[in-house]
Order: sequence, then C-alpha cells, then structure tokens
Amino acid sequence: MAIFEYAPAPESRSIVNIKPSYGLFIDGDFVDGAGSFKSISPASEEVLAEISEASEADVDRAVAAARRAYEQVWGPMPGAERAKYLFRIARIIQERARELAVLESLDNGKPIRESRDVDVPLVAAHFFYYAGWADKLEHAGFGPHPRPHGVAGQIIPWNFPLLMLAWKIAPALACGNTVVLKPAETTPLTALLFAEICQQAELPPGVVNIVTGAGATGAAIVNHPDVDKVAFTGSTEVGRIIARAVAGTGKKVTLELGGKAANIVFEDAPVDQAVEGIVNGIFFNQGHVCCAGSRLLVQESVADEVLESLKRRMATLRVGDPLDKNTDIGAINSAEQLARIKELTAAGAQEGAEAWSPPCELPARGFWFAPTIFTGVSQAHRIAREEIFGPVLSILTFRTPAEAVEKANNTPYGLSAGIWTEKGSRILAVADQLRAGVVWANTFNKFDPASPFGGYKESGYGREGGRHGLEAYLAH
Amino acid sequence: MTVTAPALAEVTSSNAALRAFLHGLPGVDKVGADARAAALGTRSIKTTAKAMAIELAISMVDLTTLEGADTPGKVRGLATKALRPDPMDPSCPPTAAVCVYPSMVSVAKEMTKGTSVKVASVATAFPSGQASLKVKLDDVRDAVEAGADEIDMVINRGAFLSGRYLEVYDEIVAIKGVCGDARLKVIMETGELVTYDNVRRASWLSMLAGGDFIKTSTGKVQPAATPPVTLIMLEAVRDFLIATGRQVGVKPAGGIRTSKDAIKYLVLVNETVGDGWLDPHWFRFGASSVLNDLLMQRNKIKTGHYSGPDYVTLD
Repeated sequence: MAIFEYAPAPESRSIVNIKPSYGLFIDGDFVDGAGSFKSISPASEEVLAEISEASEADVDRAVAAARRAYEQVWGPMPGAERAKYLFRIARIIQERARELAVLESLDNGKPIRESRDVDVPLVAAHFFYYAGWADKLEHAGFGPHPRPHGVAGQIIPWNFPLLMLAWKIAPALACGNTVVLKPAETTPLTALLFAEICQQAELPPGVVNIVTGAGATGAAIVNHPDVDKVAFTGSTEVGRIIARAVAGTGKKVTLELGGKAANIVFEDAPVDQAVEGIVNGIFFNQGHVCCAGSRLLVQESVADEVLESLKRRMATLRVGDPLDKNTDIGAINSAEQLARIKELTAAGAQEGAEAWSPPCELPARGFWFAPTIFTGVSQAHRIAREEIFGPVLSILTFRTPAEAVEKANNTPYGLSAGIWTEKGSRILAVADQLRAGVVWANTFNKFDPASPFGGYKESGYGREGGRHGLEAYLAH
Repeated sequence: MTVTAPALAEVTSSNAALRAFLHGLPGVDKVGADARAAALGTRSIKTTAKAMAIELAISMVDLTTLEGADTPGKVRGLATKALRPDPMDPSCPPTAAVCVYPSMVSVAKEMTKGTSVKVASVATAFPSGQASLKVKLDDVRDAVEAGADEIDMVINRGAFLSGRYLEVYDEIVAIKGVCGDARLKVIMETGELVTYDNVRRASWLSMLAGGDFIKTSTGKVQPAATPPVTLIMLEAVRDFLIATGRQVGVKPAGGIRTSKDAIKYLVLVNETVGDGWLDPHWFRFGASSVLNDLLMQRNKIKTGHYSGPDYVTLD
C-alpha cells in the first residue's frame, strides 16, 4: 500500500435537484413530447431521469416558436439589448456553476475536476465573450449591415454537452438568430437545466428551444423547411448525411466533425511538460475529444525516454468515480461507445501493435476503459487512422521534421495538432505545413472563446469561436 | 534522463563541458510547469489522508530561527518545541530538525542529544554567500565541530548567473569535503536564479557536486519556495536517481505557512517521485510558522473543534 493514499473526496450531489422527468423546452415552457427515453449515469448505470423524445411534430412546434420569436422579438431587438440577456445568462451560469458541474459529471461521466475547472468556466466565458459582440457586429468585418439568418437548428454531441451548447447558442443569439437545439440523447440534462436558466434570465419565449431525442429528432431539425441554418458537431458519418440533406436547400451549414490529431514531440522538447501535454491530449475527458492528440509522433532519438516518462506518469492517473474531486479519468459515456473502443483496440492488438495500460482497478458497474497506449504502431494500422474517441493513444516515431509533417498530414482528418519543441523557429515552420485547423505549441487542448476552432478535410467546415465564429450566424 | 555514470564523471572536467551538459538538459516550459503544479494543487485531501499528511508534514519540518536577535534562550525554546511540538500531546511526532546559525549549534545540540531531532546549521556566509571560500569553509568547519548533523550552504549565485558553473561546482565539492558525516543541503536561492531552466541546471549541478539535499531558498529573498520550483527540483532528483542510482533529498524553504500549503507540497512529492521521498530523511520543510498551523489542524482532527492560537506555543 502506498504511503499517501487519498481518501474519497466526493463532491456532494445534493446541490442539484434532478426531476424524475423532463419535457421539451418549447416557446419558453416545458411541454411533453411524443415519446420518452431514459438518461443514465454512465458511472453507475443508474437512471437519472425520464426524458421526452421529440417527434417531427414537436420539432415543428419548436421551429414555429423560434420563427415567431425571431420575427417579433429577437430579430428586431437592438444588439445592445440582446447583449443584456446574454450577460445575464453568463452570470447565472457562474452563480449556478457547481450545480451545472455536478449535473454534467453525473450525466456524462466526466470527472468533476474537469466539469468544474474547464467545462463550466468556458461555458460562462463563451456567453460573456459573445455578449460583447452583440452590439458591434457591423464592425466584425462582415460588411456594414450583417443580418442574422433566422432560425438555427443545432445538434450537439455528448462529449462536452454544455460547452458545445454554449459554442452553438452564444454566437447564434448574439447575431440575432433564434435556435432549436438538440442535445445528445445520452447527455440531455445540462441542456434542460440551461433551459431553466433561460427562464430565470427571462429570455423571451421561443428564442431558445431545446428538443431532446435521438437521430430521428436530429433529422427532423435538419430537414425542417423553415430552418435557415444548420450547425452540427459530431461524427463525420452523421456530418456526411447532414451535408447531403441540406445540399441544394439554401440552408447554411457548419460541421465540426472527427479528428485524428498528431501530437508531435521533437527531441528538443521540454520533456516533462510534453509528457503532461500527451496525457492531457489523449486522456482529458476520457479521450472523448474530437481534437484529442490521439496519435503521438515522437522523434526516435528521445522515443524511449518519452515513453518511459509517459508510462510513469500514467501510473499516477486516478480512474474512478466522476464525482470524486481527485478523479482524473471518469466513465466512458455509453455502452455503445465502450464497445467501439473495445473493437478498435482489439483490432490494434490483432494488427500487431503492442498495448500497455497502468495497473488500475475499474469499478464493477458502469462503463470503463483503462488508459491505454499502443507502441509499434504504423500508419497502416486502423488505430492510427480511425478515430477511437476513447483513452487510447497510438505511438509512432519519426526521424526528421519532414517525416513528422508527412505523417501528421497523412490522415483524412485535419482538426488539430500539437508541436513540442523549445525551438521557436521550428514551431512556426512546422505549424505552417500542418493541415489542421488548430495547432497548439507546447500545450494541448487549450480553449478560449476568443480563438477560432474548426477543421480541414473530413474534420468539417466553418469556424466556431472568436470573431470568425460570428460568420456562421450572419448573412452578408 | 538517459545519462550514464561514466559520462557524468566527464561533464565536470571543464567549465565548457559542464556548461554543455547543463544546457543539454531538457528545457522547462514555464507555462506547462506552472499549470501542472496548479493542477496538483487542486487535489482534495480529506479525513484519513489529511490526518496522515499532517502527521508526516510535522515530522518533516526543519524548525528554523535565523535572526540577528537569536539568543541561546530562544534556541532552547525552539529545540524544546521541536522535540515535543504539542506539549499537551506526547503522541505528536517531533520535527525533523532545528535549523540555526553556527553560533547556536552547540546550544541546540545540547538539547537534542540522544533524540531523533537533528541540528541543521546554515553556513557559508549565509544568506548572501558573499565571502571568500576560505571564510566559507571555516564557517562550515565551525558548525560541524559544534555538532551540526546537517549543513545548509548557499551556492555562489553570482558565479552561476554569469556562467561560471565549474566555480560553483568546485565550491560545493570543497564544502562537502569539510562536512564530515554531516549531510549537505545546497541552497540554490531559486528566487535569484529566476528561470525554471536555471532551477533545473542548478539542481543537477548541486547533485553532481555531491549535495545530499537540494533546497530552494534562504528565506531571506522573495520569492522563496513555490510549488512549480519544487516540482522541477523533484523531477531533477527523480531523474538523477535513475541516472546515477543516488537519491538526493529536497527541501522547499520559506513561504510555507499553512497546513494547506504543506499538504500541497506533499501531493507534489507523492505524484512526482512517490513513496521514496515521503520520509523526513528525503523531504523537509524549511519553515517555522507552519508548525503551529499543522498543530492546530491536528488538534482539530483529533478533537473535532478548533482550539485557537492560544493553545499552541509562540516562539
């Protein structure tokens, strides 16, 4: 037994009041949907609440409410007035931060340390940031009189439920659009709590509508004729379906899809911080991150040293109860995702790569996967090409900067990349050659509302965040 | 670190070789190091873990008085407290050492003879180190002859900052040579070295020269110990052990005032170097006021309520 064992330090869940069932949030009120499904905690498989499932007719009601609000209230409202609502929402998010963090960790399985220190503060920051733009749109560089599109249909994934909601709703509202948003079916709870926050902020009815459900509900939004703009974050597979569905309709669309990011460690890297960056790159949020650094490219001359340090560091990762304040890695979001991770890692082993995980005891109930690294990986292996979306790192080596760039770019994706070197000129030269929307230098998975985010190639199109993020919600 | 022992013997053959070695160590990215230390600072240490950490922290304190106004009476009082930090509770562990100026070593030694509490003495023209090597060596000899178990020396920061690494090295080697059985703690005064790269280089230089401990600060310069600086030193002793097989201790000193601070440092130790350093022989706190806060917290855990500052002794 270790000398210094940390005692359990659970965050209290009594701060959040989860109702037995939730309706759809349409036109400022919670209303019953056609069907229902259950949302569970992936850490314990406990049922958290019964959630309404929106049918095509429910989506139609939501779009109609959004249209009315757009035409009668939100569209004509001066930007400075819209900003007041967004600032109010941002402040309420800060006031209710603990509640949101606990609920996010319960429903998603991510560690409370992340929902508390990363997700929720960024959510508030996004609303503050875009609130500031609402009355300055004519100075954003999109012409003298940029206009909103109208009704935005937004579909978000389960990996950062509330943060993806903020990325979608904050810029849409700031630009004068109204929204119909569908959270992922496994993580609807924080979006529904956000709906309560909209009520608390006295946001005019219909400006924000939250419809819960699975793929059919999403399809109803995308295909609705009165939706002017579709914004989607999720898998490349669904992104393709959406692109096909909106082609020729005149709807605007932005897609933020998958990734298989290269995290490139050069021999002159700050090793201890690079190891932290590798860990943060792939194990942050259980690897359920579209921009995760899932391919480590390490220069051969330091590969052994980096690998040894990485293994030592991984042995200190604490996997377990998401609500424990000392947990580093929480639960995999769903049984379906766990099966996908298992399938791909099995393929990695079968194709000859070597897996390693630190000794760690996984809870008996719930969905869990130990942090895993694969060595002996080649570019041809499935685990080097397909997005695993789990705590699994594929390690490849390179000898020259040119080889690193070639391997990094040799992927259908292009969302993000990392460069680790003490040499500033190398950072600039390599970043210039990488075909990835976001390139981090000597850090990884850093987000800021002022910084645009988005991908090349199959990672999607359009940018979210920053001044660039306004463009998707403005006609000009 | 992939450094072999014979290679290490050569790195001190000339200033150029030593410079090449120290500058060849992996760099430290400041933003990343600060972020890692801050992240570990959010660990939540509760109940049994907190009780254990407080007990361990008390046993790691180098209870220190380094004032011009120190008197034998004050040093005796300090030693009494080191031996039995909580007068009302004999189950409270003694501190690791008392740390005094050379002139007070014999007084402290008299009090601690036959106990586990060591006497540490600052020496080498502490705190500035601005004296000739001859004077520094005499300072150390005096302290050792008076019975010091540990010597806390200061490095020549002027020489270090101007790149005369071999001069700094030779001085540490010379001082180690007159320490006899006393363990040598090398104070790098990280607040004057400023950059984290310098902290890593000075750590390696001090270890190569034979230091038994690397220590952050004199306590006379701000900033004194900080979590990221201590993190970098812990990484250095970890890598040095792997490279050479020799274990070196770490002592953050100055600025550690609360139990919460102390526990954060223990978390750094736990998650950077682990069990091997969670022992007063390998990790120390250079502090004085932190002891009273540790005692108050210890009492709180034992009795369930705070007793207040009048129930711990002021020294």
